[in-house]
Amino acid sequence: MSGLSHLDELEAEAIYIIREVAAECENPVMLYSIGKDSSVMLHLALKAFYPEKPPFPFLHVNTTWKFKEMIEFRDKTAKELGIEMLEYINEDGVKQGINPFDHGSAYTDIMKTQALKQALNKYGFTAAFGGGRRDEEKSRAKERIFSFRNESHAWDPKNQRPEMWKLYNTEINKGESIRVFPISNWTEKDIWQYIKRENIPIVPLYFAAERPVVERDGNLIMVDDDRMRLKPGEVVEKKKVRFRTLGCYPLTGGIESEADTLDQIIEETLSSVESERTSRVIDKDGGAASMEKRKREGYF
Amino acid sequence: MSGLLKFITCGSVDDGKSTLIGHILYDSKLLYADQEKALVLDSKVGSRGGAIDYSLLLDGLMAEREQGITIDVAYRYFTTDKRSFIVADTPGHEEYTRNMAVGASFAQLSIILVDATQGVLVQTRRHSRICALMGIKHFVFAVNKMDLAGYSQERFEEIKKDIEELSEALKLQDVTVIPVSATEGDNVTQKSDNMPWYTGKALLDHLETVDVSEQEETSFYMPVQRVCRPNHEFRGFQGQVESGSVKEGQTIVTLPSRETATVKKLLVGSDSKKEAVAGQAVTIQLDKEVDVSRGCVLTDDEELPVVKSFTATFLWMDDENLAVGKEYLVKSSTKRIPGFVKKILYKIDVNTGEHIPADTVEKNEIAVCQVELTEKIVLDVFKHHKTLGELILIDRVSHMTSACGVVESVDTSEEKPYFEKDDIKIGGYIFEEFYFNLDNAMMTKADADNQTYHPGDVVPSEGDSFKYPDYFDIISVKAKAAVLIRDKKIQDIIKLEEYQFGGLPVLDERGFALTIKNQKELKEFLAEFEETEEKNLSEFHNKWSRFETYRKIVCTDNFWMI
Repeated sequence: MSGLSHLDELEAEAIYIIREVAAECENPVMLYSIGKDSSVMLHLALKAFYPEKPPFPFLHVNTTWKFKEMIEFRDKTAKELGIEMLEYINEDGVKQGINPFDHGSAYTDIMKTQALKQALNKYGFTAAFGGGRRDEEKSRAKERIFSFRNESHAWDPKNQRPEMWKLYNTEINKGESIRVFPISNWTEKDIWQYIKRENIPIVPLYFAAERPVVERDGNLIMVDDDRMRLKPGEVVEKKKVRFRTLGCYPLTGGIESEADTLDQIIEETLSSVESERTSRVIDKDGGAASMEKRKREGYF
Repeated sequence: MSGLLKFITCGSVDDGKSTLIGHILYDSKLLYADQEKALVLDSKVGSRGGAIDYSLLLDGLMAEREQGITIDVAYRYFTTDKRSFIVADTPGHEEYTRNMAVGASFAQLSIILVDATQGVLVQTRRHSRICALMGIKHFVFAVNKMDLAGYSQERFEEIKKDIEELSEALKLQDVTVIPVSATEGDNVTQKSDNMPWYTGKALLDHLETVDVSEQEETSFYMPVQRVCRPNHEFRGFQGQVESGSVKEGQTIVTLPSRETATVKKLLVGSDSKKEAVAGQAVTIQLDKEVDVSRGCVLTDDEELPVVKSFTATFLWMDDENLAVGKEYLVKSSTKRIPGFVKKILYKIDVNTGEHIPADTVEKNEIAVCQVELTEKIVLDVFKHHKTLGELILIDRVSHMTSACGVVESVDTSEEKPYFEKDDIKIGGYIFEEFYFNLDNAMMTKADADNQTYHPGDVVPSEGDSFKYPDYFDIISVKAKAAVLIRDKKIQDIIKLEEYQFGGLPVLDERGFALTIKNQKELKEFLAEFEETEEKNLSEFHNKWSRFETYRKIVCTDNFWMI
């Protein structure tokens, strides 16, 4: 390739993939989780179709336990850009009072995995973009950019379609769907450097600030609202923390940090000794293969 | 030198591919602390008796860890002081060859592992061949497990000789051979004291410094991914510049429509630019309306071939064998159209390179085939224009990616007309057969002997799937001409405007009967055709033509015979 930088190449690859899906798939949607990867994906989608708006809607699967600042950011972003933002909540789960304190991995299954499946079925989406990256986790490292799901949204890792050059095969049968990961080849460092280069807005929770937290099982959990249940002996303290990944606040560990600018975050990321998923409590639940199990069951 | 190197590791089962990469990551301190901790924990229950099993870093699927093998390609990302790397670690089992090919299609360099205790195996040859087929130009043969071969120089030289022979046979360009031990770390990230006789670089040092910059294709071309029309004023063509560069104000040609236009506005992403180069995602607005849609190509090279038939080397990847004559979807750059394999020229023995005649191709086999498409597309020889020479075949029922291939040659000869007299040429398929495949419930049209008929020639009147009268007329609204058949012979070929209804049966150039019974109906038919728009053509044909009058569809299961 000519004088393009590493980030230029990654950007062009992602835009190519996003355009291919828009051109070949019947009813695509872009999953939007409000995190930094989603911010990058949204930015790439805007670039890919400019001067047209992205020709597909965005979907946020809301567990109802997201940080308040995330929801504010989501609504502001959708309004400013004039994009179609769908929200889906598993109302059955809400009625049953499913929550991250009492229900552990069942919570993730019902409010995330099941909710996502319900949403995709409801709208009949045939292709869903996700911000998954291969450097995040070992089973992701094995997943194709175009990843196929059967009628029950399950992934069959032993039988993935070959993916040659950039000739993506988007053919599916009725009821089947594709998950597409345009930023598969990006690393966490690439994401941060791209956010900086392109000046992409992200949720303020990524920057260090004084926040009320409790220490639980070695994680710093933010007390984002009065639904947070404290265990005996737990004390709410003000600490200067930031988050490397964003999800449901009771399941997301923050790290103590002074990094309140992008440059400082990038520097911290580069010298970090822990991979980013360690701060996501959910991944440790079930051992080395838990992510693959969830994906086989239909998790993103 | 480019800052990024994409490479793969391949070779036979147990040659130590995953271990080698795991070791590079471990030695280069490229693991996060939690990953390293998990590795030590996982190794305790693994097959190396508590010693660190580096392959566990890459074999991420449950089935892989259970069986201790690599099933699918894994991608890893790492950066040293000198370079960024993406490595695809590929499976060694023959059963998973297609997953290995996935990795090869993405890489610039291939590390092929050879077990020093085993030497060059069939799988080593297979993988080298596939890497070469996919267009990889840089090779490192890592002769592994030197510790188990007593770090013997003699053994190394022996294997090196076989590798050199293989490289010559496959015409590999840039080849480096390095003796290593992936488990012990000899010559992996550091030069080994155990093999003082080896004077070359350690593997990582080689990877950090190897020059993989390609000789660039010079002409500009961009396959169109989609047409962007946000409003009535703007119509832009979106795609990736595959080679060369394009500038605002430059004159370009559209293919296959062959119209000339000027670049009025150029967007790279959302930014207006004066110039865009290979690799960039662009939107091109032209100064006039042109007949361009997805799958067309914008270029400054008028000579790019627009073809319907070509020869390609395929790697078959489907459990279901290749069927000659069966319709597949062919995807090449951004074009996806039906096509079929007309003929298997030969299979290639992966071990010896021998050409073997064949009437089918099985999974993991390599074969050279002639392919025929349903329409002309922009396509070129892989060695001339990489992106225009890559293709995949998709099964229309299972939707499996059945094969991948590279174009070896294109057939640019003009299509032969069916009927010809002076400058009148008529196409169609009036003497071709219609077959129904019982296996997959698909219809196929089989080419007859590809003959052109002239006035005075005798024409076939009966085949497997047609029976025509001795006296009839053929009219082609497309070619604006008519053929008069009298006593099975062509009496004349005339222009449609000179044609008069003469009371004989009238057929179209497909062999379908037309329901024209007098001069008045002929006029109505012609007038209606003139008014019919492209998208309503089927309606027009359904009204006027009858397939079943002279034709039928016959069943067959011997598709490879056609």
